[in-house]
Formats: sequence, structure tokens, C-alpha cells
Amino acid sequence: MPGLEDLYREIILDHYRSPRNRGELPEPPAHRVEGFNPLCGDEVVLYLLVEDDKVVDIRIAGQGCSISQSSASLMSAAVKDKAVEEVRGLIRTFKSMMSIHEARLGDGDEPDSGEATAEDEPVDLAALGELAALQGVVKFPVRIKCATLSWNTLAQGLDEVEKLAS
Amino acid sequence: MAQVNRAPTGSGPLDVERIKKDFPVLAQSAHGHRLVYLDSASSSQHPQAVLDAMDDYYATSHANVHRGVYALAEEADRRYESARITVGRFIGAPQPEVEVVFVKNATEAINMVAATWGRANLQPGDAVLLTEMEHHSNLVPWLMLADERGLELRWIGLDDGYRLESSDLDRLLDGVKLVACSSMSNVLGTIPPFARLAEAAHAVGALVVADGAQSVPHLATDVHAMGCDFLAFSAHKMLGPTGIGVLWARAELLESMPPYLGGGGMIRDVRRDGFSPNVLPWKFEAGTPPIAEAVGLAAAVRYLEALGMGQVRAHEVSLTAYAQRTLTDRFGDDLQIFGPEGTEDRGGVLSVAYRDVHPHDLSQVLDQQGVCVRAGHHCAKPLMRRLGVTATARASFYVYNDFSDVDALADGLEMAGTLFS
Ligand SMILES: Cc1ncc(COP(=O)(O)O)c(C=O)c1O
Repeated sequence: MPGLEDLYREIILDHYRSPRNRGELPEPPAHRVEGFNPLCGDEVVLYLLVEDDKVVDIRIAGQGCSISQSSASLMSAAVKDKAVEEVRGLIRTFKSMMSIHEARLGDGDEPDSGEATAEDEPVDLAALGELAALQGVVKFPVRIKCATLSWNTLAQGLDEVEKLAS
Repeated sequence: MAQVNRAPTGSGPLDVERIKKDFPVLAQSAHGHRLVYLDSASSSQHPQAVLDAMDDYYATSHANVHRGVYALAEEADRRYESARITVGRFIGAPQPEVEVVFVKNATEAINMVAATWGRANLQPGDAVLLTEMEHHSNLVPWLMLADERGLELRWIGLDDGYRLESSDLDRLLDGVKLVACSSMSNVLGTIPPFARLAEAAHAVGALVVADGAQSVPHLATDVHAMGCDFLAFSAHKMLGPTGIGVLWARAELLESMPPYLGGGGMIRDVRRDGFSPNVLPWKFEAGTPPIAEAVGLAAAVRYLEALGMGQVRAHEVSLTAYAQRTLTDRFGDDLQIFGPEGTEDRGGVLSVAYRDVHPHDLSQVLDQQGVCVRAGHHCAKPLMRRLGVTATARASFYVYNDFSDVDALADGLEMAGTLFS
């Protein structure tokens, strides 16, 4: 039976207590995108500054539980200064970490409403670095949406930026 | 934080130790702890007597009602209709055999009022008066009807003590056709002065819908004393099964309303060019009804009556007072209770904010201690906005809870405080 220590790892609590990259960026040039979890009212607002296909800066506003807040904070640290292509890869990897375990749990529900994930693809936990601390969340299926909220919002934001540029 | 209070022992209004034994689910453990169920405002648990009544019905007496002329069907019919009488008497219905309509739940009961009485009687520009503390079940049906009919919706606000604002009532009631108000808030516990409100509404010719989903399970109910014209409630919050609820309304009112769902059972005659509806209450019960559930609800009512609703209320008052005292003593200003102070006009529902720990995190930590509370908006988003929060953690009490359950809640909150500090 999963315990609290599976969920609330020290890294997660640290990012919850001192979230990285909190705040806003002037828009334009930054792009603002909002994500919302209608079930619990959690809300994330991302400010993305994308230049030359690179996430040059990112800021996070909004409110939510420790899982959604720490996931957003960890995400911001992981994607800052990365190429958009690399960030998209990270989003895919993170989301498959959030879903393969769920599939293994035998829960038929789609873990989140984002794009389809490669269920059978092995997840490269090493590539996720500190983000791997969130893998315990999949043992608490109702909290998966908390962890994926900022990631789905980021994916949406990158799509919007791309569309605006084209 | 002052000294830690511990549960006093001794006998209260109810013998909870004995009552706990009647509820099989409470014998379980959760995460290695005794199960402490503090989510009865959402759905309550079942005494063995309710499970046995439903089992026995299925094992000995099931057949469809209203249609059979063989002994088995007559027995099913007898149990179903006698459940109606039991439930009607429990709420003081003057004519239980025609005024108690079995529906799916409180939500369906309110939708039925909106779709039948509402559509037949409300015209564009008519005003409906609601309150800021309503459950979505007593909001969305009126929002839908307002959209469809062009109604004006008005709102009774809350004062700083989490009670309905009464100073403005005369102005709000002016020209109102219908008042829809909860007789106990599922978030704040607030019990509004319902009879006074109903009297004021009737004085301007308005009808009154009582959302009794929270009050009927916890307070002795007399529809006449309340002064409501419609009363909606659900079995699953009063020790009964899911899948059945009640709409009560005065017979002549039900008589005047068009039917809701059409189908078998609700008709007297059907021709190629039309139909005539059945008599009450079957006019509003289309299709095969929840028969076993009605039997289970009646058993739940008998269980509550054996305890005595006065004793149930006294027990919850004493638990609520103990919880208010315990939480305030142990957490002081770190903990905020969204609801009236004191116990006189509030039920055993405690919505709290604890430091800035998110309600989801609170309930997750409490779950690890076997303590079940609900975190979220409790289907009352306008109220959440009014309170300035997106969610609360809510503990709610019933007949099987005791002081040690309150202590378990407080201990769990303390753990959450340590983890997230
Ligand atoms: C005040 C109130 N009204 C209505 C409802 C709806 O009850 P049900 O979901 O059984 O229809 C609830 C239950 O959550 C409630 O607390």
C-alpha cells in the first residue's frame, strides 16, 4: 500500500515551500496561457518567453495543492533555456511516466486529457532528473491530474506560440 | 496552542459504541488505522438493518409493483407503498400516501419542480429568489430555467457570521414567485430560520422549495412547521441506499403540476392521440421505481426513529461543540472554520482552512490516518467564491461518530501541519 512518503518526497515539498520561477512576464513579448482543473479548482498561469525556438524564460502564477504547485515549479526549472523540441520531448516523457504506472494499476480511466501517450514505451527516468520525484503520484490516481496540469498547459502554450509565429 | 483536550468519556445522548457495531463498514481499517468516517454530508453509511431489509426484499418478495395480481407482486407492492407511508410520517406529511413521490435523489426532485411547476407557472421576467449558500443541485435547475424562460434570479447573501442576510429580505422578496433555499448548508452547516423565511415568502404569494438534503437526515422534520411547499431529500445521506430520494409537496400542488417523465406506471390511459396521467403519487413515477431502495430507505427511517431524531440532533450538537473547542484549542488562529459559531443554528458540518495547506493535501494526509474527509468545492462554487477560496476540507458528523473521531481529525491535521510547515 502506497504511503505518504511515496507522494510527498522531500524534493516535492521543497518546491512547494519555495516554488521556482514564480511571477509574471510582460506580454508581449511573453505568451500567457492558463490551465484549469475543474474538479478541484486548481489553476495555473504560465508566462512563456520563446525566442529562436527556445524557451528563454518561464514564470508561473496561480494556485493549487502541493502536487500541482511543485510539479509546475519542477517543470519550470527543467524547461528553462531548453529548445522547444527538447521541451516537447520532456512533456511526452513526463506524461508517459504519469500514465504507464496507471495502466499497470489496471485503472481504465484516461489519466489525463492531454494527447495520447506512448503507453508501452519505457520511460527514461534518468532523462527526467528531479522530475522523477513525481513518479509516486501515479500510485494516487486522483492526484495525477494535479501533477499533469502545468504540463498540459505548457503543451497548449507552445502550440499557441507556434501558431502565432506561423 | 493551549493544552491538548482529550475525549471525555461517559454517556451522551446516543450510545455510539453500540451504534458503531451496527455499521459493518466501520469495522474495517484503512491504512492500518481504525476507519474514521467523517464524510456523511456527502453520503452516509448503512446499518445492518438497512442491508438486511433490502436483502430480505430481494430474497423473498421481488416482483414489479403496480401490475401483478399474484402474491409475490402484491407483497412487493405492499412493501413499496408501506415505505412511502413510513417516509411520509417521518417528515410530517399530512397525506403520505399521495404526497411522497419517490425519485432518484434530491437533485432529481428539484429538477422535477423546476421542469413541471416552474415551466407551468413562471413567465419571462418572473423572479426566483435563491441564496448564496446553495448546492449546485438547487442552483443549476433554476439557472437552466432562467435561461429558458428569461427569469430574474435574486440572491440572499451571507453575513459575516455565515448566516443568511435578513436585513434586505423585504426588498428581495418583492414580486418574487418562488424561493428555493437549503434548510441546512452542506458547507457551512448553517440552518436558516426556514419557517420565518417561508412565512415572508408566502406573504408575497411566493412558493417555497426546501432543499432538505442535509436537514432531513439530521433534524426532526415537519413540513408543516417548516412552511415549505416542496421538500427534496436523498436517502443516501440518511443511512439509506443510493438511487432513491423524495419529493414531497402538498397534494393539491402536485395535482396541479404537469407530469415529469412519461412512460409506464404514470398513465391512466393512453390512446393514439394522447394520454391521461395517473393519480398521485404515481403520476410522477414513470417506469419501474427503485423498489428495494424504498424498502431500504424505510428501514433507515425506522433506525433513525428508534434512536430518536431529538437525540440525533443533541448528539451532533455535542460533537460539533466538542470539535469547535478541540480545533480552536489545538490550532488557534492557524485554523479557520467556515460556519456559524456556536451550535444553535448550525449542523455537524465543519469546513475548515488550515494554515495554507491545500484541502487536497489535508485530506490526503488524513486518509493515511484512516480519517475520511472531503476536499473540494462541495458543489457550491458560488459559495466558494463568496468565501474567497477555491476549496475547503470538510468533516461532517453523524450518529456513528464520537469524540475520539474528532480527536483523530485533530491529530491528522497536526500531522499535515508538520509535513507542510
Ligand atoms: C444541500 C444539498 N443539496 C442537494 C444535494 C444533492 O444530493 P444528491 O446528489 O443526492 O441529489 C446535496 C448533496 O450533496 C446537498 O448537500
